[in-house]
Order: sequence, then C-alpha cells, then structure tokens
Amino acid sequence: MLSLNNIEVIYNDVILVLKGLSLQVEQGTIVALLGANGAGKSTTLKSISGLLRPENGEVTDGEIIYEGKPIQNREPAEIVRAGIFQVMEGRRVFEHLTVEENLRAGGYTTNSKQHAERAELVYNYFPRLLERRNHVAGFLSGGEQQMLAIGRALMAQPRLMMLDEPSLGLAPMLVQGIFEIIKRINQEQGMTVLLVEQNANIALSIADYAYIMENGRVVLEGKPNDLRQNADVREFYLGLTEVGSRKSYRDVKHYKRRKRWLS
Amino acid sequence: MSPDEILKFLRLSYTALSDGALLVLIALALVLIYKATDVINFANGEFMLIGGYIGYQLLIWLQVFESPGLIVLLAIIGVVVMTTLIGVLVERLVLRPLIGEPIISVIMVTIGLSNVIQAIVGLIWGKNPRPLPIDIIPRFSPFRIELEGARRPLNLLPDTLIILAVAFVLVGLLLLFFRRSKHGIAMRATADDQQAAMSMGISIRFIFALTWSLAAITAAVAGLMIAHVTNGVSGDIHNVSLRAFPVIILGGLDSIAGAIIGGFAIAFVESFSSGYIDPSVKTVAPYIVLLIVLMVKPYGLFGQKRIERV
Ligand SMILES: Nc1ncnc2c1ncn2[C@@H]1O[C@H](COP(=O)(O)OP(=O)(O)OP(=O)(O)O)[C@@H](O)[C@H]1O
Ligand SMILES: [Mg+2]
Repeated sequence: MLSLNNIEVIYNDVILVLKGLSLQVEQGTIVALLGANGAGKSTTLKSISGLLRPENGEVTDGEIIYEGKPIQNREPAEIVRAGIFQVMEGRRVFEHLTVEENLRAGGYTTNSKQHAERAELVYNYFPRLLERRNHVAGFLSGGEQQMLAIGRALMAQPRLMMLDEPSLGLAPMLVQGIFEIIKRINQEQGMTVLLVEQNANIALSIADYAYIMENGRVVLEGKPNDLRQNADVREFYLGLTEVGSRKSYRDVKHYKRRKRWLS
Repeated sequence: MSPDEILKFLRLSYTALSDGALLVLIALALVLIYKATDVINFANGEFMLIGGYIGYQLLIWLQVFESPGLIVLLAIIGVVVMTTLIGVLVERLVLRPLIGEPIISVIMVTIGLSNVIQAIVGLIWGKNPRPLPIDIIPRFSPFRIELEGARRPLNLLPDTLIILAVAFVLVGLLLLFFRRSKHGIAMRATADDQQAAMSMGISIRFIFALTWSLAAITAAVAGLMIAHVTNGVSGDIHNVSLRAFPVIILGGLDSIAGAIIGGFAIAFVESFSSGYIDPSVKTVAPYIVLLIVLMVKPYGLFGQKRIERV
C-alpha cells in the first residue's frame, strides 16, 4: 500500500535528518515505527503527509509510493484527500473549538452529509467524547484530547491512519485503552495503521510488523515476536535483561559498535 | 434631569448607535484578519474607500435602470463581488509571497498597500468629494420626539436604525458562518493551530483568501454606509478606520464579541465625552478608557489567551 524507498529528508536546506530510510506498509496491517528521541520518526510521518514543507523540510532523494503513485512533496490537502491522515504528535486539538467542531474539522475533506454518521462511529469508539461533545477541547483531559485527535482522523475516512506517539503523556491505564481501540479500528474498519512510538512494549503488542530506527535509518525490522527475542531490542527498547544474566559492558559495547557501523 | 437634558442624552445615545454599528463592522474586518493570520491590516481603511468608490461608480453606471431599489441592490451586489475579488487578489499577489516571512514584514506591506490603493483611487476619481447620485438608504422623514418643557423637539433620522439593521444582519451572518459552515469552522481551526489544520486537509491558502475576502466585504459595506452618512465619497472615508483601532485593542484583537461590544463602547465614549465635556475630547477619550481597561485586562476585554488547564 505504502512504500518508502531510500528517502532522504533535509530541513532548512542543510540539516540532513532522514538518511536513506526505507519501509513498507501492507494493506490492512498495523506497522510500528520505533526509535529513541530524535531518531526521525515524526519526520518520517511528515514526509508522507506533506507536513514537512511548512517546517521548511523537503524530501530530497528517494521515493514515497502510495497505491502505485509517487506522492513525495505533495500538499497536505492532496495527501488527506488521497486517504492518508496523520494524527500529529502532542494531540494538537483545536483548543477553542468544541469536541463536535473538532470532529467536523477532521471531516473537512469528506462529504458533510455523512458527518453525522461518521461522528456516530467516533462516539461509539469513544463514549467519553459523546458526553463532552459540546465542551471546548482545550479543557479536556490529556486522554480525552488523544481520543479526539484519533476521532478527527476517523472523520476523514482515511485508508491509512498514521499516529505519532499516541501514548505521549498519558497514564499507563489510559494508554492500554487507547491501544485496544486502535487495534479494534484496524480490525473493524479495515484501516491500515502506521504507528510511531517510543513505548515499544505497547506498540509491539498490537503491531503486525515493526521497524526500529536510529539516526534517520531503519536499523532493525521484523515481526513483533522476533523483535522481542532480539537481545538488543530487549535491552534497549523494552528495558528487559535476560533473567540471571548480568548486564555486561561488552554487550553494550557490541551494540554501540553495531550502531556506529550502521550510522 | 430637565427635559432638555433628557433629549440631549437621547440624541447622544442615538448618534452613538449608528457610529457604533459602523465601528463594529470596521473592527470586525480587522479582527477577522488578525485572528486568521496574526496580521493587523493597515489597509483596512482603503478597503472601505474602495467599497465607497466602487459603489459610487456602480450607482452612476446603473442609472440605465429605472427603479432606484434595483439600482441600489445591483450596486451592493456589485460591491460585494468586486471586493471579494480584490480580497483574493491582495492575498494572492501581495500576501502569499510573504508566507513564512516575519509578521512585521507583512504588516509593513499592508501599510504600503494602503498607500498604493489611495493613489489608485486618487488617480481614477480625483481628490474632490463626489456626492452619491442616488441614496443607498432611503431618506425617510425623521421621528420627532417632543417633551413638555423642552425648548426644542428632538429629530432623529431613521437612517441610524437601518445602519444598525445592516450591521446586525452582517454580523449575524458571519457568526452563523463561523459556527455552522464547514469553511467557517475550518477558519477557526486554522486560527487555533495552522499546522494541525493542514493535517486535516484544510488548505491554508484558501482559508487566507477567504479571510481577506470576508474582511474586504465587511469593510466595503462599512465604507458604503459612511458614504451615505457623509453624503458622498471622499478620501475621508478611510480616516474613520483609524477610530477602529482603540475598538479592537479594547475588545481584544482576536475576539468577534470584543469587536461588537468594543465598537459600541467606544462610540458611546466618543459621543458622551464630546457632548458632556467638550467636542475636542472626542478623539482622546477612547484612548483614556483604553488605558484604564488594559491596566486591568492586558489582553483586552475578550482577548484569547492560550487555554491552560489547571
Ligand atoms: N523543523 C525542523 N527543523 C530542523 N530540524 C528539525 C526539525 N524538525 C526536526 N528536526 C530534527 O530532526 C531530527 C529528528 O526529529 P524528529 O522530530 O523526526 O524525531 P522523533 O524521532 O520524532 O523524536 P521524538 O521521539 O522526540 O518525537 C531531530 O534531530 C530534530 O532536531
Ligand atoms: Mg516525534
């Protein structure tokens, strides 16, 4: 459905952030993109959604192919109409608009006759939002704002929904709930999901496939179960060490060496 | 209060109503643009000027029709269409190339634009005032209010009520547009968070063009009505626009409710200070009130701050 082939992204004509990144998203799956702060995860999503331009960034090399057509450096409005919707990092709800108005803004590119029906669907997944439909979004709790941000995406009826760190700043219980709903949306609506996360544990729990990136490149990829077995991933992304084995300096050095070699 | 004083109070209030309605429209045009783009449009007065002069020209050209009602109606439609185009044109040719530049550059450009428009209007229509060929608001005979014991009766022109009604309808339509229509909601969304709005597939360029057009229409309608009140078009129309600055600062630069309440508040301050203190105080009084209000509420009466949850 979507493939990024060796893309390179440069901000302000000089800052090279993505250095030949490749990844594939298959129709109907949930793909997780994991990595530490500053790895370039958000940049990857923005290069797909066209939101790089307002930040003075540009895809300077490689190709982004969506349903057979190249889409790099297009206008965000075109991308949304083509069926890709990015839920931005930090929720970014329209603070002074009500919940319902936020949803209508989310459905901007779709036929307004279907708005009521779509909103119904959103309220089904997030009954909290129904209770708050006439509240101003700026006063919602962080969890409710994240629900609203996802709800806005549903309003646009995308085929590919891209989520940028939906767990950011939320309590673990809430995160669990939100991820369950993401999984349900994926299964019930047949919506493909590209999920960016720092919380590798929870992301791997719902993903069908995952990429781990570092320094603007993919360094590891695979099925969640395989990645979970990988010692480096266990240690550096899941915070697990082998039971009984001492965390040895050599392992760390080995990892660092590999990292240097990869970057 | 003596009967004379009561009548004076009524007269000053009545003046303030029509003045207030005009100030509301002028301020609204400024607020629309500020809200969407953070720019204070110093060419607002020139949009009013254009509205007045295009209206004047159309009234002359449309003389071929018999019915004055039809002429006025067509002229008003013509003004709206023309100013919409001008709004789009200004956004596209003058402001779009500046996207991403500091706000202060854009503001300087609107100052430049105001000079250019004044020069163009001067070239086409000259400097001398020109009377309107037909009244845009029918001249009904005044109401007369007589009080026992008053030296003179009070005559009130019905024009004020019509101006009020026009402002009321226009503001009502705008509010409805912002609350109910998809583009209106998109405009408010853009004002809140431009990048997030883009991520919804909202075209910021389209929204900006729409904003400039709506502001231009609002200003032009105000310009037309000022032409009516002052019995003709002249370069003075744009001077009225200066009186809207204390209005928007008082109301809060980005608040529509602020523009409405601020418009009437400033008009009443002007009218009462000139009536009860001295006509020369009229121009400073709004600024004195403004200073006092800003000491208490630095964002103006209704200015938006970012919502901080506690
Ligand atoms: N607009 C910008 N201009 C210049 N550099 C930028 C810009 N946005 C991001 N960068 C740089 O690009 C790199 C990757 O940023 P990005 O936001 O994509 O990382 P991320 O993986 O999403 O990190 P996080 O987990 O903290 O959100 C960082 O070094 C950052 O400083
Ligand atoms: Mg990020």
